[in-house]
Formats: sequence, structure tokens, C-alpha cells
Amino acid sequence: MGNLLVQDKSVVVPGEAIAEGMDFLPASGTFREGEKIIASKLGLINVDGRVVRLIPLAGKYLPKSGDTIIGKVSDVTFSGWRLEINSAYTAMLGLKDATSSFIMRGADLTKFFTFGDFIVAKIINVTSQNLVDLTLKGPGLRKLSEGRMIYVSPHKVPRIIGKQGSMVMMLKESTGCNIVVGQNGVIWLSGKPEDEIKAVSAIRKIEAESHMSGLTERIKTHLGNGNTGENNDIQQA
Amino acid sequence: MTFNRPDGREFDEMRPIEAKAGIIARADGSGYFKIGDTIALAAVYGPRDLYPKFMQDPTKGVLRVKYNMMPFSGSGDRVRPGASRRSREISFVTERALLSAVNLEDFPNAVVDVFIELPQTDAGTRCAGICAASIALADAGISMKDMVAAVSCGKVGDTLLVDLSYAEEAVEDLPVADMPVSFLPRSGKAVLLQMDGQITKDEILRALEMGKEACEKIYDIQKNALKEKFLKGEQDA
Repeated sequence: MGNLLVQDKSVVVPGEAIAEGMDFLPASGTFREGEKIIASKLGLINVDGRVVRLIPLAGKYLPKSGDTIIGKVSDVTFSGWRLEINSAYTAMLGLKDATSSFIMRGADLTKFFTFGDFIVAKIINVTSQNLVDLTLKGPGLRKLSEGRMIYVSPHKVPRIIGKQGSMVMMLKESTGCNIVVGQNGVIWLSGKPEDEIKAVSAIRKIEAESHMSGLTERIKTHLGNGNTGENNDIQQA
Repeated sequence: MTFNRPDGREFDEMRPIEAKAGIIARADGSGYFKIGDTIALAAVYGPRDLYPKFMQDPTKGVLRVKYNMMPFSGSGDRVRPGASRRSREISFVTERALLSAVNLEDFPNAVVDVFIELPQTDAGTRCAGICAASIALADAGISMKDMVAAVSCGKVGDTLLVDLSYAEEAVEDLPVADMPVSFLPRSGKAVLLQMDGQITKDEILRALEMGKEACEKIYDIQKNALKEKFLKGEQDA
């Protein structure tokens, strides 16, 4: 018979035994050793039926297939573009996945995207060597222009987006900014400068207070106050 | 003849320990470990790109450790800044100790850098460094099989001791043996074992047992330090 050695939703450190017995199955962030399931990272335990999963609380962004991310073009190659994605690894955006228009062989690829351009793209594949393939085919995937970039911890992204995008919708509506949140912790905002500052200060507040309850309410009042966040440390990309 | 410890500790009693996680804002993970008057700070950067490229390993990542005593850290002469024969050796053994816990295969072609700085020393620096580095690695979200705990053991006169201070290590009229040990707390495997001085086989085995017990206590302190950082309220709402 298996039994849990720690409570569901508790914080564990690497090497801590989470569950005992073969009834439980180790999922991401955990591994089995003998009868026990052990955590391999610092994170929150999530028990889903028989599956024991670990939600990491720290660390760099880990590319995952299906994620929408924002990358910065760092290199232009024969067959596409290389993007920095705020992770240990870079991502490739191939010609075929970037555009449906015809590109001549040997054409100057910087005409499409050039160094320093920010692109919202979707991860289509991540190999065992952590080679990341991107695509621009999908709704909302494009090159970004005119706006500002901010970097947040990738682990706070779910809070910034909110349930079914509720938080980011509220930010968009109350500031009038256009906002794109990448799963890798890169956020693009575009609007009137003062609105952008307002949105940035709200995002920084979410980041700092994401663990406290009643977050949505507090952000709502924060936005309602016309708080310009002048005292906040605003990090620009 | 029994050796009485100058600070009145029991023979198996460690100096007061203080540990913290996440103290260096710009690092991906950081740890602080204070044992008595010895203070170790560790900062972890990465996983990140490894250059020069020929050092990259497509089958597994690379761990680099640098141990450094600050110029004013000792009690006597100024420590000459920069690498010395001693600090190179300690960097190397620390790296080997941490390697047995870190899952390198999770970040192929990348590197994780660990920098250990000692602003104040009173013996047992490599052990304090390992303890701090282990906290920092976990705080950086690096995948690990276990934490790593370390403590110095030794013999002064005929008495076996745990966690020697500099005053004990430098006793002049009695023979002194100094033996830093490091364990993986869960599996109980030794990952660092060095010795300086004269000691019998039987005494080594007894000292190892004492060291293991002390490491288990250190492990609890490390665990609490990491959890404390997030239990300030981080919950999955």
C-alpha cells in the first residue's frame, strides 16, 4: 500500500521523499528510487490521483512543446533565425515555419526579421538535446514592434495570465495597453507611455505578491488608484 | 587525556548554524551558510551557454565550481586575492562532491557555475562552502538527486570532535587530525573525505559516524532555509 510522506501542495527540496509504495507514479520533477518517490527539484507537490508531480518554484525557463513564447532574434542563418528565449538554450525559427510567402534561395533573410527583433512564436518541438523549434503559424504569432519588454520569473507567468487569462484581460482593459505574455517570462506591452508604466507597475506587483490570497482584488484597486508606479523599479528590456 | 573544547562545546556539538536561501538578487540561485564564525556565500548561475564551445558536452552539462577566500577573511595575514594551490584543490573537491548530486544530463551543452565566497573564516570553510552551494543549487532550480551536507571532523589529542574551530585545529601541544567529510543525507553516501594529520582506522570510522549524524542535522537546517524562502506564503491557490 502506498502512502504520501508529505502533504499535497507542500514545498519540497531535492532529495526529499514524497511518497512510498508502487501505487504512486513519478511524473516531472520526481524520480523513483526503490519503493520511494523522490523530488529532484525545489518545488510544490501536486498529487493527481496516482500521479505525483512537482511544480518547480525556481529555475530558468524550460522550453515545452506548445508554449507561446517571446524570443529575440540573435542570429540569422541560411535556413532561418535563431532566437534567444530567456532560457539556457536558444530556439530556431525555420523559414518554412516563419512565413507562407515564397522566399528565393539566397534571399536576404534580415528583410523579414533582423537582429534584435522580438517575435511571438510557438514551440513546436523540443528534442532531447534541448533544441527548440518554433513556428509563426497560428493566431497572434507575429513580429512585435513599438512597445516595451519586461522580464519576469517564468514561474510567475501563470499568475500574470490568471485563470483563463482573467488577469491579463483586466490589465489590458484597465490600462488600454496591448499585452503579450510569453511563457518564458518575457512580456510585451504597447500603448500610451503612461499606460505602459501603469501596466508594468501592476505586473511587478503581481510578481511580488503572487503568493498572497486576494491577488486579483488588490491588483484591481492598484489599477483603479491611477497608480503610476513611479517608485517602482521598472526594468526595461 | 581528554581535550576540553575552548568554547565549552560537547565533543559532538556543532557551532551555531544559520542558513538562508536567495540572498543574492542577480544570481539564479544563492545560499548563505554560517557555522560559528565561518561564513560562506554561494551564487549559482545557469544553466547557461558554455563557451568556448569545445568545452560543451552534448551528452551532459558541465558544473564549474570556484571556491574563494576573501582577502580580509582570515584571522591572521591577509589572504592574497586570486587562485592559489589551496583554493584550486578545494574548488576541485567541492565540485566532485556536488557532482554526485546534480543531474548533469538535464542540461546538455550548458554549464552551471557555482561561486563560493568566504567573507569570514574560522576553519571548516570547504564544508560551509559545500553546504551553501547545495542550498544555492536547489534555489536555482537545478535538478538534483539529493542535497549535499558537509562538516569537518577531527581529533585533538585523543578526543574525536565534530566541527573544529580554528582554535582547535591549531592547538600546538597536542596532535591534531582534521577530516572534512560530506554526505548525501538521504542515501548516506560519502562524497568528500579528506584527512590531514594522524588517526587510526578505528577512529576514522567513529569520526565518520559522528560526521554523518552532524550532516543529518545540517540537512534539516538546509531544508528549512529553502522552505522558509517560499513559505513566506507561496501557495498554489
